[in-house]
Amino acid sequence: MPETPKRERFEQTVLPHLDAAYNLARWLTRNDQDAQDVTQEACLRAFRFFDGYQGGNMRAWFLTIVRNTCYTWLHQNRAPGGSDEVFDEEIHSTDESGGASPEIQALAGADRETLRRALEELPEVFREVLVLRELEGMSYKEIADVSSVSLGTVMSRLARARTRLRQALGASLGKES
Amino acid sequence: MSCELTQRFVSGYLDGELDLVRTIEVEAHLKSCEFCARELENQQALREALRRSSLGYAAPASLRNKIQASLDAATAARVPEKVSAWHGLQMWRWAAAFAVLVVCSVAAWQLLPGLPALSSNQRLAAEVFSSHVRSLEANHLMDVVSTDQHTVKPWFDGKLDFSPPVEDLASDGFPLIGGRLDYLGGREVAALVYQRRKHFINVFVWPDASGSSAASVMESRQGYNLVRWSRGGFHFWAASDVSAADLAEFVRLLETRISPGTT
Repeated sequence: MPETPKRERFEQTVLPHLDAAYNLARWLTRNDQDAQDVTQEACLRAFRFFDGYQGGNMRAWFLTIVRNTCYTWLHQNRAPGGSDEVFDEEIHSTDESGGASPEIQALAGADRETLRRALEELPEVFREVLVLRELEGMSYKEIADVSSVSLGTVMSRLARARTRLRQALGASLGKES
Repeated sequence: MSCELTQRFVSGYLDGELDLVRTIEVEAHLKSCEFCARELENQQALREALRRSSLGYAAPASLRNKIQASLDAATAARVPEKVSAWHGLQMWRWAAAFAVLVVCSVAAWQLLPGLPALSSNQRLAAEVFSSHVRSLEANHLMDVVSTDQHTVKPWFDGKLDFSPPVEDLASDGFPLIGGRLDYLGGREVAALVYQRRKHFINVFVWPDASGSSAASVMESRQGYNLVRWSRGGFHFWAASDVSAADLAEFVRLLETRISPGTT
């Protein structure tokens, strides 16, 4: 079978972002096997849609497909009423003050496992935005593209996500000390 | 700027994502407000903790292998699709049977040489092969089911721009069992279905503009035998999993029936 140019282009432009794809899927599904399945499925979808790729930010294009594949998968495989099915940002928009935040020293001393667990337990929208920003280093514009929301939503979601994460860390670090 | 607004924007400030006016406002407020300055330090500490912990997951090697394998399959699966597009065939006819074909013949397609190098006979052979396999697996062997050549032949009237020669070879152990329309090489063709014990033989027929005769040529492809010949103003392709000897005999009988004078 000769390599088609499409396959070569795909491997050269999309697959370099496989770590980012798996990372996002891993954080959204919270499970290695599921993340692998979702990433593989997303790769095939990306390959299928590759002809329609109009240029631009390849990583954002690919992660958009990964994200959508993740949510389709989560929707199909999660029992309704799961712990973080839906998070209504409007309803919860005022109950987060910085008051319960741990001190800087506590954050500095937080070990990897504590952080990992705190991030994993956040609602999906917050996990997603933090992974894209802090782990993948994406700009707000890129995050807005991947998550199909406005820049303003990215900013407010990220602010809230950080507050929630600090609260979660404060609770778990408080328990430990 | 108020504390409330600053709390809302400090995260964006930390990320360097505020516009210039907001940035200046936040900075001015941070200079004069210890509470908000503390909030910024806390957010910085959180970011540093996250980055220090390198929480990102790298794709496992096993995943990379699986993706390469599924891309192999997807790339291979595109070949028949390209063949049909190449000839402007109607895609919808292919779609239903396509998945089945992919599963059973991925390996077969990987052996195909590059399309641009294919001769027209090679391209046709690929189409005949896939059409034969598809007719068996997509449960679409026949549109008209009849062992009577006088039923099958008129059935094609009005469906094709030619009248295919239809001969029953039941007395020779190859009963005609029906026919259907098919597409090969970018045109509608007649497909006649014969049976040999439990096996089926697809015979594809369409007019030969040159009117010349060509002796039969047999090739085999993934366990199927394909024969092509031209006679009496028609092109013929036969495909089957019967033995090469049986198929050769079938072709000889058919040639004799269709053009008795020439054999």
